[in-house]
Formats: sequence, structure tokens, C-alpha cells
Amino acid sequence: MNESSHRVLVLMAHPSLYRSKINKAMRDAIKDTPGITLHELYQAYPDFYINVRHEQSLLLEHDFLVFQYPFYWYSVPPILKLWQDVVLENGFAYGEGGDALQGKDFMPAISTGGKAEAFSREGNNYFTMNELLYPMQAVARRCNMTYRPPRVIHGSFEQTDVTIQMHAERYRELLLEYTRQGAGIFEPKD
Amino acid sequence: MENHSLLVDSVIYLGAAVLAVPLAKRLGLGSVLGYLLAGVAIGPWGLKLVTDAQAILHFAEFGVVLLLFLIGLELNPKRLWSMRKPILGLGGSQVLLTMLLITVAGMAVGISWQTALVAGMGLSLSSTAIALQTMTEKNLLSTTAGNSGFSILLLQDIAVIPMLAVIPVLGVATVSSPTDESGWLDVVIVLMVMVAIIVVGRFLTRPLFRLIAGANSREIFTAFSLLLVIGIALIMQRIDMSMALGSFMAGVLLAESEYRHQLESDIEPFKGLLLGLFFIAVGMSVDFGLLLSKPWVIIGLTVGLIALKAGVLWLLARVFKIPVGQQAFFAFVLSQGGEFAFVLFGAATGFSAMPSELADLLIVVVAFSMLTTPLLLIVNERFIQPRFVNADKIPEDTIEPQGNPVVIAGFGRFGQIVGRLLHANKIGTTIIDHNPNQIERLRTFGFKVFYGDASRLDLLQAAGLQHAKLFVLATDDRDSGLLTVDLVREHFPNVRILARAWDLIHVYQLKDHGVQIIERETFDSALRLGESALVQLGYEKHRAHRAAQRFRAYDSELIDKLYQVHHDQSQVISISQQARDEIERLLQEDETVISRDNDSQGW
Ligand SMILES: Cc1cc2nc3c(=O)[nH]c(=O)nc-3n(C[C@H](O)[C@H](O)[C@H](O)COP(=O)(O)O)c2cc1C
Repeated sequence: MNESSHRVLVLMAHPSLYRSKINKAMRDAIKDTPGITLHELYQAYPDFYINVRHEQSLLLEHDFLVFQYPFYWYSVPPILKLWQDVVLENGFAYGEGGDALQGKDFMPAISTGGKAEAFSREGNNYFTMNELLYPMQAVARRCNMTYRPPRVIHGSFEQTDVTIQMHAERYRELLLEYTRQGAGIFEPKD
Repeated sequence: MENHSLLVDSVIYLGAAVLAVPLAKRLGLGSVLGYLLAGVAIGPWGLKLVTDAQAILHFAEFGVVLLLFLIGLELNPKRLWSMRKPILGLGGSQVLLTMLLITVAGMAVGISWQTALVAGMGLSLSSTAIALQTMTEKNLLSTTAGNSGFSILLLQDIAVIPMLAVIPVLGVATVSSPTDESGWLDVVIVLMVMVAIIVVGRFLTRPLFRLIAGANSREIFTAFSLLLVIGIALIMQRIDMSMALGSFMAGVLLAESEYRHQLESDIEPFKGLLLGLFFIAVGMSVDFGLLLSKPWVIIGLTVGLIALKAGVLWLLARVFKIPVGQQAFFAFVLSQGGEFAFVLFGAATGFSAMPSELADLLIVVVAFSMLTTPLLLIVNERFIQPRFVNADKIPEDTIEPQGNPVVIAGFGRFGQIVGRLLHANKIGTTIIDHNPNQIERLRTFGFKVFYGDASRLDLLQAAGLQHAKLFVLATDDRDSGLLTVDLVREHFPNVRILARAWDLIHVYQLKDHGVQIIERETFDSALRLGESALVQLGYEKHRAHRAAQRFRAYDSELIDKLYQVHHDQSQVISISQQARDEIERLLQEDETVISRDNDSQGW
């Protein structure tokens, strides 16, 4: 087992964690776990001035990139968008010589206010979650990362402390599993 | 009766000062010359309002004493020790060289060597009052020239002691043996007093101050401060030492005490007034009668004295490597005779070491030379200093022919940051500053630098403001800053002004003068610290940041609102009252800001 090739980087973006239930529980679950680097973007860059070099070197040191965020207007909170804009540079993440992320794994971990059934033609969001995450897939593809099935928890307002705790626990399990076995955990089991 | 005349005299002095000083400042002549001219005006040769100049002069000498006490407060023993080389080397050379030249000159015109030596000693000293006051007023004490000048003045103050001691020996009417004995005794006494002052200053004053500060009475503290300084000065006088030197020592000893600032603010107004009085007295004591009867002798001697002293100083400036641009200032500021000459010549006539006609003549010359110093400095500022700026400009002009888009006036702690940001972004910047020390170093980084007062039109033109887009005002004088704003708006209407403000009232003043882009120098940093405080209390960083940003936005709106209110009453009340009113209003309004984050309700 090669630990050094199973390192997880969680980029968490929640602008007001003091009012969060889900993302806070998820963060608390994975905090200070060996093999998992938790990086809270709003804490690191309260004024939105992102240290690009530092972010890029973090990426180079990890194998599994997780975007953890609450779904805001069908998209990421703004600092995570800014992060993509300034860190995923031409020549680093894509374009000529841009192979820094090649072969890494990528996964969104999202909480939504809308319930699962709302993300359908019949629901008030019309589009399915899969459709709404096309941009994420596109980013992973363009950067030659493998897009892994997103971890989504819907209906955040209906969740109880217990169900939130369970979700956070399973999230932690998944990431821990990755630190032990790497990308193998995503392969279909025989 | 006594009281009555004292009050009348006070009215005359104060009136003269109040009239003359602002006028002189308006005309760009500086306050020292204002006082001197006021003295001439009310003195025996002017309106004859006051006649006993000598008595006043004697009393007002305490201004010099207080000045040196204050300067001592700024210099702790460590800093003083680090200045020992310029004090001894530069100061020593100045006194010895000037003394020697004057003595030789005196002997050459047939005066006995003893008398010539007395003249040399007396005339080699400069006026601490004039030189220091001028340097403080022009903010030049921290420059190389200022520092060196101060060292010289300090050594002169010390040198007076042996000078006074040898005068009896030089006199014809002295009995030699008793002086010798008492001479030894004197040295012992002097040493003992010095040690006593150091011991008292170091170990006794602090507990005393604590005791008195504990009484919580402002005026008693002031009274004690004055008592301390005047007491030490008197003791020093008793043992025939310079009062100024004694109070300087006391100042140095208290420089590290926690009461330093309190002492400073207590003594400061007394110093200012007494020093003003001193200058007035000098102005009064200029004997125009003697001038009228022997005009050429006096003018000749005055010019000769100044030329000789300035010449020696200039030579020393070169030897001791004072920056070229500051040499002329250095030579002029110490070129006059000093108040100690009055004392020395007085003593010398007493001991018959100098005939009294000669003493009178020399005293007039000294007083005259004091009068010329402010004038010489104006000449220097207007005609000599700009030359150096121009001389240095030529090689740079070839690199930067069009002039820079930004001119920064004032390169202190504020202007520097603006300048560095622009420099880092490769934006050509011209700097105007009145601290000559900065200049050489800044040039090496490609800044164009002009030395001088930014409220002068010719300097703004020389700095190429007509080619600039922006003018950043970061000078450290409120009034002349506003003057500068008016100048720029009138003569360079296309240049946009960005101004640093100290506080809200200053913001309003700048707005009154038509400036639109204004930043309060402490506002953003204080906000940052407040943000950190929120974080330390457990706020998430981004939340704290937004709270601060929200506060900032709200505050700038509020300022616009309050500006209207302020405008309607600013004529009526004093600045400090305005400031107090303003903080009250601000605090009331602040209670209405509530921090709100976007809600997730409805999803
Ligand atoms: C500005 C904003 C926009 C939101 N947009 C969406 C959205 O587009 N779709 C959705 O299902 N929920 C949306 N929500 C609800 C959040 O996704 C939900 O509050 C969050 O996932 C709860 O996670 P937390 O407890 O970690 O804050 C939005 C909430 C906010 C504050």
C-alpha cells in the first residue's frame, strides 16, 4: 500500500459556516484526519485574494481533489469559482504543457436546499442534478482528471441532526477509504 | 504699581508677537524673524514701548533653558552616547577653528591677545535659540545637517564652562593666586553637582513624579515640572555653569521615564512663549544708535563674522561629509553669534579682559548677526537649494523626458506606501519632500525627487506637475497642505488630487477645498485591526471581512451625510469641539448598522 499516492485534498467553500449545518458537520468529520488535507477557502482568503502558487503546489501534492460546497444558484459559491479562474492556469491545468492534474481523481461533494425530486422535469428545478453538474464534469475532463460520482445530500432543510451526522460519517469513510486504497474504491466490485 | 507695569508689558509683548509672527509666517519668513522684528518695532529704536531690553533678555533666557530641556527629553543617554563623535569632532573643530581665526584677526588689527581671545571665544559660539528653533520649525533636526548642527550647539554649551572659567585669568585686574585655589574647588563642586543631578534625575525624580501624578492635579504636575527645570538651571548658574546645559542633562535623564510625554506637553507652551520673548528681547537690544554712528564698522564686522563662521562651517561640512545639498543650510544656520556672547562679554568687561566700548560694539554685531540668520536661510531656500535640485535633475531628464504621470508631495510614512505601490507597478513617480535625507537614496530607485516645500508654485512647476495626471498630497502640515490644494487647483486644473486626511475634520476641510478623493490615514488600518479583533472573538475570517467592508461602505455614506450637517456649523465652533461632536454623532449612527448575511430561506 503506497500512502503517498492516495492523498486527498478537500477544497471547502462555505461563506458562512457559523450558520451551516451540513457542511459544518462534514468538515468536522474530516478535520485533522491523516491523509486528508482540509482547505477552507473562505478562511484562507477572507478578502478573496487567492495565493495562486500556494494553491498549485497543494494540488501537486495530492491525488484526489474534492470540491465541497453548498449548492448556490445551481453553482459554486463565488470563491470556488474564483479559485478555478485563477488557479487552473493555462500551462498548468490545461493547454500546452498543462498536465499538472493529469490522472488525478475529482469529486464534487454538494449539499442542496432542494429535495431530490425537485431536480427533475416535474420538479421546480427542471434540470437533473447530473445536468446541472455538467460544468464540473467539463472542468475535470479538460484538466484530464477522472470525474467521480458526486456525493450529494438533498433537501438540507429536512435533514435531522442524525441524518446529517450519518451523511458526514459516510463522507469521511469514503475519503478515508481512498487514502488507504486509492482510486480502486471507485472500480466496480466483483 | 509693579504689577500694573508687568501687565502692561505683557500686553505689549503678546500684542507684538500676535501681530508680527503670523504676518512673518504669511510672508514665508518664519516665526523667529517675526519675533525679532516685533522686538525691533517695540524697542527703544522703534515705538519705544519698552526700553529695558537687558532685563527682559535675562528673564527670557529661560526659554533657551526650556528648549534644551525638551531636546534632552528626546534624547535618551544611549542616543546621546552614540553622538559623541560628531559632538567632540565636529563641535570641537568648529569652536577651536573659529576661535583661533577670530583671535588672530583681532591681534592683526592691534588688539591685545587676551582681549582678542575673549572675542574669539565669545564669537565662536552660535545661537542655540535661533538655530534650534529654526531647525525644529523646518523639521530638519533629523537630517544629517540638523544632527551635526545640534552636536555643535551641544558642544558650545559645554565649552562655555571653561571659557567663563578662564576669563578672570585673562583680565588685567585679577589676583592670580586665589583664582587658582578656588579653581580647583570649583571643579570639585561642579563634579559633585553633576553627580548629584544624575543621581537625583535617575533615582529620585521618578518616585516624586509618581507621587505628584497621583495627586491628579494637572497644574501641580506642571508646577513641579517647571520647578524641576528652573531649579536645576539655577543650581547650575550658581556654580557658574550653563543653565541650558544643566536642563539639557535633566532632560536626557528623564528621557526614558514614563512621564516624558506629559512633561513635554506641559513645558512646551512655556518654552514657546519664553523663546519668543527672548527673540523679541534680542530684537529690542539691537542698538541702532551705534549702528547709525558707526554704520560701516558694524556692517563690516557683521558681514565679516558671518562670512568667517559660515566659511568654517562649510569647510567642516565638506570634511565631515554632510550631503552636498545640505551644506549651505548647515553653514548658514549656525553662522550667527549667540546669546552666550552677551554673557561672556559681560563677564569680560567685569574682569577688565575687554574694554567696554569693544564689548558694546561686539554685542551689537552679535545681535545683528542673529537678525540675519532667518534672512540667509530664506536666500538659501529660494536661490541656493533649488540649484542643487536642478543640478541633480539633468542626468535623469534624459531617461524620462516627458515627466511622470504621478507627483507625490510628502514622502513620509504615508506617501512612501503610495509611492512603493506605484513603483512596484512601474508607474513613473515624482516626489516632493522637505526631508533632504531621503532624497539621495530615492533617486537610486528611479524616483524623481525634489527637495522643498510643496506649497510653492515654482517647485510644483519644476516637478512637472503640468505634465502629470495625478497629484498625491501626503505632506505633514495641514494648513500648508490646504494651501497646496488651492495652488494645484488654480494652476493645474487638469490634475486630479488625491489627498491623505488625518481625521474627519481634515476630510471636511479638504472637501471644502474641492478635493474629491480622500482617504483617512488611519481608517483602513484601524478597520483591519477591528476585523482581526472579530476573528479573535471567533468570527470566521470571511465574515469578519465582510463586516468590516460593510462598515466601511456605511461609514463613507455617513461621512457624506454628516458633511452637510458639519458644513452648516463649522464656522461657529472650534475644530476640537467639531471633532468631539463628530464622534458623538458617529457613535449614535453606528448603532444602526446590523450585519446581515444572505439567507438560505426558500430553497
Ligand atoms: C445564496 C444561496 C443560494 C442557494 N441556491 C440554491 C440552489 O440553487 N439550489 C438549491 O437546491 N439550494 C440552494 N440554496 C440552499 C443551500 O444549498 C442550502 O442552504 C445549503 O446546501 C445547506 O448547507 P449548509 O447547512 O452547509 O449551509 C441556496 C442558498 C443560498 C444562501
